[in-house]
Amino acid sequence: MSHDEISFHLPPPATAIPAPPPQPAPTMVPLTIDGRAIEVAAGSTLIDACKTLDITIPTLCYLETLTPVNACRVCVVEVEGARVLAPACSRQVEAGMVVQSRSARVDLSRKVVLELLGSSVDLSTAPGLSEMMAEYGARPERFQEVIGSASAVSSVAKPIKIDNDLYVRDYGKCVLCYKCVEACGTDAQHTFAIAVAGRGFNAHISTELDVPLPDSACVYCGNCIAVCPTGALMATPEFELRKAGEWRPETQAVTDTICPYCDVGCTLTVHVQDQQIVKVTSPFDNDVTRGNLCVKGRFGFEYVNK
Amino acid sequence: MQDAISWIRHGALNYICTRLSVPPAEAWGVVTFYHLLATGPRPAAVVHVCDDIACRLNGADQLCRDLESRLGHAVHRSPYLGQCDQGSAALVTKAGPDADRFVLAPTSADDVAGALSVRTVPTVPKVPRVGASASGARIVRRMTVVDATSLASYRQHGGYAALAKAIAIGPAAVIAEVSAARLLGRGGAAFPTGRKWEAVAREPAQPHFVVCNADESEPGTFKDRVLMEQDPFAVIEAMTICGIATGSACGFIYIRGEYPESEAAIGEAITQARAAGLLGPRVAGSHHAFEIEIRRGGGAYICGEETALFSSIEGKRGEPRSKPPYSAQHGLFGQPTVVNNVETLVNVLDILTEGGAQWAKTGTAGSTGTRMFCLSGHVARPGLYEIECGQTLRHAIELAGGVPGGRALQAVLLGGAAGTFVGPDALEMPLSFEGARAANATLGSGVIMVFDETADLMDTLARIAQFFRDESCGQCVPCRVGTVRQEELLRRRDPGSGTGDPGTVLLNELGQAMRDASICGLGQTAASAIESAFANISSLKGARP
Ligand SMILES: Cc1cc2nc3c(=O)[nH]c(=O)nc-3n(C[C@H](O)[C@H](O)[C@H](O)COP(=O)(O)O)c2cc1C
Ligand code: SF4
Ligand code: SF4
Ligand code: SF4
Ligand code: FES
Ligand code: FES
Repeated sequence: MSHDEISFHLPPPATAIPAPPPQPAPTMVPLTIDGRAIEVAAGSTLIDACKTLDITIPTLCYLETLTPVNACRVCVVEVEGARVLAPACSRQVEAGMVVQSRSARVDLSRKVVLELLGSSVDLSTAPGLSEMMAEYGARPERFQEVIGSASAVSSVAKPIKIDNDLYVRDYGKCVLCYKCVEACGTDAQHTFAIAVAGRGFNAHISTELDVPLPDSACVYCGNCIAVCPTGALMATPEFELRKAGEWRPETQAVTDTICPYCDVGCTLTVHVQDQQIVKVTSPFDNDVTRGNLCVKGRFGFEYVNK
Repeated sequence: MQDAISWIRHGALNYICTRLSVPPAEAWGVVTFYHLLATGPRPAAVVHVCDDIACRLNGADQLCRDLESRLGHAVHRSPYLGQCDQGSAALVTKAGPDADRFVLAPTSADDVAGALSVRTVPTVPKVPRVGASASGARIVRRMTVVDATSLASYRQHGGYAALAKAIAIGPAAVIAEVSAARLLGRGGAAFPTGRKWEAVAREPAQPHFVVCNADESEPGTFKDRVLMEQDPFAVIEAMTICGIATGSACGFIYIRGEYPESEAAIGEAITQARAAGLLGPRVAGSHHAFEIEIRRGGGAYICGEETALFSSIEGKRGEPRSKPPYSAQHGLFGQPTVVNNVETLVNVLDILTEGGAQWAKTGTAGSTGTRMFCLSGHVARPGLYEIECGQTLRHAIELAGGVPGGRALQAVLLGGAAGTFVGPDALEMPLSFEGARAANATLGSGVIMVFDETADLMDTLARIAQFFRDESCGQCVPCRVGTVRQEELLRRRDPGSGTGDPGTVLLNELGQAMRDASICGLGQTAASAIESAFANISSLKGARP
C-alpha cells in the first residue's frame, strides 16, 4: 500500500498591505479670529477654524454631513475688507484673513435674521432656538407692533400634512434650510423625492407636482426627519405624543444598539419613554451611517413595543 | 409645451422627466420658479400687463383694472417689461397652432382686447427714440441707420471690421486693447472687462464659455432691448470676439422671456452669420471656432444675476450661488466663464477698430467711453440717449426734453430699483462711476427715471418693495422674509413719526441686515432705493419711516 504523500502547505506568508502613500502635510493657512492668530489646514471653513478656538457660531442650515447651502445666514461673521458679511459655514479660510465672530454688524444681522424667522415661522419645536433668540436680543414681535395688525404680517403657516403613517410634515415650521432636500438627494439617499418649489416668500418644500407623499418617490428612510432643525418633519409617534402633551425628552432613556434587520449593521440610537420606543435615530458621527438609516431601521420598531 | 397649450400639463412634465432622467420633484421646483410658466389650466391667449414704476406714472394701475374687469383671468399683472420709454406695455402670449408672443407698447385696453381676440396681430412697429449728446454718438451712430435684418447692410456700415482685426492681432492683443480702454462693465457692477477676460483666458480648465447677459430686468432699463433689436449683428460680432479672446468655442445669449422681438432679431442674425461662415468651426476662415445659442428667460429678475443665470441655463432653479468661487474659475457648468452685459460687449467693437488707448480718450479718467442712458418717467421725450461719461445729470434730462408742462422736478431714480433716488440738488452730478460714487449714488444699468412734483413717491417706493418681494429667489432668509417685511412696513396704514420712531428703527435695521447678510446683489440692494429716497428727497423727509 502506498500512500500518496499528503502534502500540507503553509499558507504563503502574508504580504504586507502596502501602506497608503504618505499624505502630503496639509498646507496651513494663517488667519486671525477675534484678535487671536491661528493656523488651520487649507480648505477648512471659517466655522472649522472657529471650532479650534472654541468659538461657537450659531447655525441652522449647516450640518457636518451635508454640503453647505448657506441659506439661513445666522452664521455670518465679519471679514475685514469685505463689503458684506461672510457665512462662516461655507466660506473657506484665506491666508491673512482677519475675522470677527461677534461685531456690532454681525450681532445686528443675526438678530434681524432670527426676528424674520421668528415672525414668519412657528419655531416652537426647534431645539435651541429660543436660547439663540435670547442671546441676540431678537424680538420677533417687533414687526407686529410696528405694522399694526397681526394679519398684515405674513407668515408661512399652512395646514399640517398627514398623508402617511410614518411621519408628519408641518411646513408652517419650515425655515427652508434645504437640509431635507440634500438628505433626500445627493448627500445621502439619492431618492430625490422632495425639492424646493415656488419662489421668494412662496418658496416651499414640495414633492413632484405637490402630490401626497405615498404617491411620490419617497422611500420613507426618514433621513430628512433626522436633519430637520425645527421639527417641521416629525415621526408620527413623537407627533402623537406631543399632541397629547406627553412628549418628555428629559425622561427618555437613550441607548445605542445595532439594527437587527440586515448585514449593513447600522448603529441605532433608541429613545425609550415609559418602556416604549418612541424614536430611532443614528449618530451623525457614526462611520457606517453618518446619521442615515433605512425605513426598517428607523420605523420598524412596532414589534418591540407590542 | 407652454407654447402648445399655454400651461405645463402634469403628465407631460413627467414624460419630459423620464426622457431627460430628471427627478420629477426637481423639475417641479424649476417649473414653479419662473413667472412665465403656468402650472394650471389657463386661456390660450394671455396678456401680461406692466404695472411697474414707470408705467404707473402713466396710469398702469387703471389700465390693469380696466383689463381685469373686461378679460378676467387672462390678464396678469407683470413687473417691468423693458418698454419704459413707451409709457405703457403689455406682453401677449398665445398658445396653440398659431402660437405667438409679442409686445404691445404703448398700449391701451382696446389694443390688448383686440390683440387677444384677433388671430394675427396688427402690431404697429414701435419706434424707439434714440438720441445722443453732441460728444456721445458712438454706438448710436450705426444703430440708427443700419438695417437690422441684413448682414450686408451691417457690413456696409463697418460691421465685422473689428472681428477681422481681432483675428489678425490674436487673443492676447485683443485683451490688451480692451484693458487699455479701461472699459467697465455696463451691467451694474462696473467690473473692468479686460481683467475679467484675462482671468478666463488664463484658466487652464477647458472648455471656457462666453455668456451674454441680455436678461435686462432692472426696472427702467431698455438699452439692451433696443441694441438687440436695432443692431443685432453687433452683439453677435462682439460675442465672437470675446470667444476668440478668451479661448471659448461656445457662447450663450440669455434673453429675457419678455423680449420676443429681441429674440427674433438675434436669432435671425445668428442664422445669417452662420450661413456666411462668421460663426461655426472656422470663424471667418480662421482657426477659431465659435457658436452661439440663445436661451430664453422664464420671467425672473434674479436670473440677471450672473450665477443665477448660469443655474438657469443649466436648467435649474435660478438661484444665485455664493461667491467665491468666482465665475472666471467656476461659472457655467462649473467651467471658466466670462459673462458680460450686451452694452459692454458692443463697446468692444469700437475699442478694437479705434484702438483701446484712442477710445479711452472719450469720457473721464475713471469712466471711459459713453453710456446708454434710459430716460423715462416725466420727461418730454423718453428714450435711449448715448452720453459721454462725465456729462451732468441735468444735461441728460435736457436731452430728453426736460420735465414737461413746466412742472418742477421732485426726484430722479438712478440705476433702477436697485439704484438710488436723488433730489433736484444733484442735477450737476457728473454721470460717471466716480461722480456717482462721490454723490453716494450709483448709475447701475443706466436708468434715469424722472419724477415731477405730481408723482406719488410713496406709491413708487411701495411698488419697488413689492418688486423685490416678488423677485427674491427665496434662498436666503434676510431677503426672502426681509423683502416681505420691508413692503409691509412701507404699506402700513399708521404712519410713524420719523427719527427715533420704532418703525424707522426697524426699517433701518432691516435694511442693514439685508445688505450685510444676503447671498446676492438682489437682497443686498433691496433697501437702497428706499433708504436713499428717505435720505435725499425733501418731500419725503419727516414722512413715515
Ligand atoms: C439681482 C441682479 C440682477 C442683475 N440683472 C442684470 C441684468 O439684467 N443684466 C445685466 O447685464 N446684468 C445684471 N446683473 C449684473 C450681473 O450679475 C453681472 O454683473 C453682469 O452681467 C456682468 O457684466 P458686465 O461686466 O458686462 O457688467 C444683475 C445683478 C444682480 C445682483
Ligand atoms: S422641512 Fe425641515 S429640513 Fe426641510 S427645509 Fe424645512 S426646516 Fe429644513
Ligand atoms: S437601518 Fe436599514 S440598512 Fe441599516 S442595518 Fe437596518 S435594515 Fe440595514
Ligand atoms: S439675496 Fe434674495 S435673491 Fe439673492 S440669493 Fe438671497 S434670497 Fe435669493
Ligand atoms: S449655517 Fe451658515 S448660512 Fe445657515
Ligand atoms: S415697461 Fe412698465 S415700467 Fe417699464
